[in-house]
Amino acid sequence: MPELMLGNQAIARGAWEAGVKFASGYPGTPSTEIIETLAARYPETNPRWSANEKVAFEEGMGAAIGGLRVLVTMKHVGLNVAADAFMVFPYAGTNGGFVVISADDPGMHSSQNEQDNRYLARMGKVPVLEPSDAQECRDFMIAGLELSESFNSPVMLRTTTRLAHHKGLVEVGDRREVPLREFIPDPKRFSVPIYRRLRRPEVEKRLKELQEFAENSSLQRIEHADNSIGVVTSGIAYQYVKEVLPDAGVLRLGMTYPLPPNLLSDFSKQYEVVYVVEEGEAFIEEYMLSLGITNVKGKEIFGVIGEYSPGRLKEALGLGEVPKPYQEGVNLLPRPPMFCVGCGHRTVFAALRQLKVTVTGDIGCYTMGALPPFEAEHTTFCMGASIGTAIGLEQAGHERVVAVIGDSTFVHAGIPPLIDAVYNDSKLTLLVLDNSATGMTGGQPHPASGKNALGEAAPKLNLVDITRAAGVEMVEVVDTWQRKQIVSTIRKALEHDGPSVIIAQGPCQQLPEMKGRQIIPYTIDQEACTQCDACFKVWCPAIIRTEENFPHIIPSDCTACTVCIQVCPEDAIRLVDAAVAV
Amino acid sequence: MDEVVNLLFAGVGGQGSLLIAELTSLAASHAGHDVKQTEVHGVSQRGGSVETHVRFGKKVHSPVVTPGEADVVIGLEKLEALRFAHFVDPDQGIIIINDFEIIPGSISNAKEIYPYQATEYLRAKSLPITIIPASHVARDLGDVRMTNVVMLGAMSRHIQLPEDSWQHALNVRLPEKYLEANLRAFDAGKGLIQEN
Repeated sequence: MPELMLGNQAIARGAWEAGVKFASGYPGTPSTEIIETLAARYPETNPRWSANEKVAFEEGMGAAIGGLRVLVTMKHVGLNVAADAFMVFPYAGTNGGFVVISADDPGMHSSQNEQDNRYLARMGKVPVLEPSDAQECRDFMIAGLELSESFNSPVMLRTTTRLAHHKGLVEVGDRREVPLREFIPDPKRFSVPIYRRLRRPEVEKRLKELQEFAENSSLQRIEHADNSIGVVTSGIAYQYVKEVLPDAGVLRLGMTYPLPPNLLSDFSKQYEVVYVVEEGEAFIEEYMLSLGITNVKGKEIFGVIGEYSPGRLKEALGLGEVPKPYQEGVNLLPRPPMFCVGCGHRTVFAALRQLKVTVTGDIGCYTMGALPPFEAEHTTFCMGASIGTAIGLEQAGHERVVAVIGDSTFVHAGIPPLIDAVYNDSKLTLLVLDNSATGMTGGQPHPASGKNALGEAAPKLNLVDITRAAGVEMVEVVDTWQRKQIVSTIRKALEHDGPSVIIAQGPCQQLPEMKGRQIIPYTIDQEACTQCDACFKVWCPAIIRTEENFPHIIPSDCTACTVCIQVCPEDAIRLVDAAVAV
Repeated sequence: MDEVVNLLFAGVGGQGSLLIAELTSLAASHAGHDVKQTEVHGVSQRGGSVETHVRFGKKVHSPVVTPGEADVVIGLEKLEALRFAHFVDPDQGIIIINDFEIIPGSISNAKEIYPYQATEYLRAKSLPITIIPASHVARDLGDVRMTNVVMLGAMSRHIQLPEDSWQHALNVRLPEKYLEANLRAFDAGKGLIQEN
C-alpha cells in the first residue's frame, strides 16, 4: 500500500533507496524536512546539518569525488551562498552521483525574494530535474543520481514550496547498496585553475550530450490530444494544467535544463496555440521563443510573480471568475505573525525600541521585530548581512547602530563580517540572540547548540570565545528574559569605544526540552491589579483581557518566563499553586 | 467515485486543524482513494491563520482547492471560517463553523473590532452554514484540545468515507493514551449533525 508522504519526505526516501551514503544541508524553508527525515528514519545516509550551504555543498562535493552517492539540500537563496562551489564543480565533474536540492519559494511564503534557480543551473551548466508530485520526488531523486553518474555531472533537483510541502501517495522500494566508485587523484581534473582551461571544452561537450538525453528521456512526457491547445509545463504547475485544461495536449518536461529543442519544436507544430505554464521566470518560454517558435503564450497572461494555482490559471485563460474573500462590510482581521509565548526575542526588541537606536537585522524569527508593536528593526537582507550593513550605515553617519543576529545565522555567515568590524575599526554593537536553535525553520541544531542532526551530543562552539578571538574586547552575556539587564548592557555597549558583542541567552520555547518541561504558570491577582495595562505592553500572547478588563494569563500557555512580573508595578502577578506541563 | 471531494480546514495555529486534515487523508487513502493534501501557515508557531487543503477521489491532480469548489469548509474558529468561506461551493457545499472566537492577540483593539457577527454575515450572503458547539462539547468530554476531532466527526457526516476507514486513521495516527477519548469526541461530533 502506498504511503502518504510530504514531497520532501519522498525525496529523502528516494535518496535512501538509491544508496546515498552522505547527505548534508543547511535548514531553509521549504527544504528542511529532507535532512530531518533522513535523520529520523534513514541514518544510513549519514545526514548532517552543516555550518552553511557553501560548506554543505563542498562536503558533498568531496564525498562524491571520493565515490559516494550524495544528496545536498538547501533553499533557493542557500544556493547563492554555495554558488562559488556550484559553478566550478561541473568543470571537474563528479565521480559518485551528486544531487543538490534547490527548493524555490514562489510567493515568498518564508523567503526574502523570489528567485528561479534554473537560471543559476544554466549559468553553471548543471542539468535540472523538476518533479510534479510526491511520487516523482522519490523517482526523480533516484533518476537524478543515475543521471549524475552517467554524465559525471552534478544534478539539480528543483522543487517549489507547494511541491515540497504537499502530501501525496508514494509507492516505495527497498534500499540498494551501491559500491564505492574509486577516486583516482588527477590534478588535471580536480585542481589548478590553469588545467581548468583544458576542462572547459569538456563542459560544453557534456552539455550537448545532456541535451541529446533531454530529447529522448522518459523524464519528458507527451500527452497528445485531439485539440487545438497544447501546453508545455513543468513541476507542480503540471497538476494545475490537468485540472483546468483536462483536454489539452501536454508536454510535461521533467528535465528543464538543458532544454530539448527538437521536442519543443515538434510538439509546438501540432497545436494552434501553445501555453507555457511554469512557476517562476519565463525560463522555458524564452528558450522556445529563441528557437523561433511563435505560437507561444506564457508569462504575458499567467504572470511572473507569486505562486500559480488552478484558480489563477482559470482566470488567466478567461475560463471563469474565482470567488474572492468576503470582506465588504465585515472586518476580516489579519493574524500577523508574532513571537511565541515566552520567546526571548521579545525583551530584546522592547529594549531596542526603548533605546531608539538604528537596528540592522538578519534572517530568522527576529525579523518580526520589524513589525508592530516593536517596529525596532530597520533592515533585513540576507544571511549575515546585519553586521556588514551596520558597518556601512556607521560610515554614512549613523552613530548608534546595533546589529541583531541569531546564533545559527551568526555561525552561518556572521563571523567574517565581525572580524571585518574589528579590522576596519567599527564601533557597532552586535547582539547575538542565542536560543540554541535554528528557530525559524523548526529548531534544528547547529554548531553552537551542542547537538548534531541525529540529536546526539556534539562539540559546542563557544560564542564568547569566538567573538573574543575575532578581537572584540567588550563581550557580555545576558539572560534574555531580564529586561533591565538587557537595556543597561546595550547602553553600556553603545558607550564603549570599540566594537561590542552582547550574547542574549535563553533556549527557543519550541525546543522539545522546553516544551516538555514541568512548569508552574503565573496568574494575575485581581485584588492587587489596578488595570494599569503594563503587562499588556509586554505583548505576550498568553495574556488576554477579561470581560471586566482585567489581564488574564492562560495557564496552559504560560511558560513562566517572568517578563510580565518584571513590569508589574503592583506585584500583582503570582505563581499558580499546581505544576502543569507547558 | 469519479468526482474529487474538496475539503478546506481553517483554524488558528495550535487548534489542530492540520491533524484532522491528515486524519482525513489517511482515511481516504485507506478507503482506496487517491489523495493529496497541502497546508499554508504563517511564520509563527501559534496564533497564526492556518489553512489545509485535502482532495480525494479516483485521481487527484492539484493538491490545492479552488475557491468556490469546496464540498466542506471546516472552520475551527469563526474569523477563520469567514476568511475561507469563499472556498465553499455555494450550491452543493457546506461550511461547518465551531461556535468559538479567538481574538488576534497582537492587534491592540482586536477585541472591539473582531467580526462577532461573522456567521450572521455569511447567512445573509445565503451561504450554506452549520454552526456547532464543538469546543463546548470537547470541554464537556474533558479536554478542549479535542475540539478538532469533534469537528472531524461532524464533517464525516457530510462526506462519503466508510466508518472503518475513520477508525483506521484514528488508530494509526493518535497516541494510544489519547485514543479512547478522541474516539468519543469523534462520535460526539457525528452526533451534532442530523441524519440526512
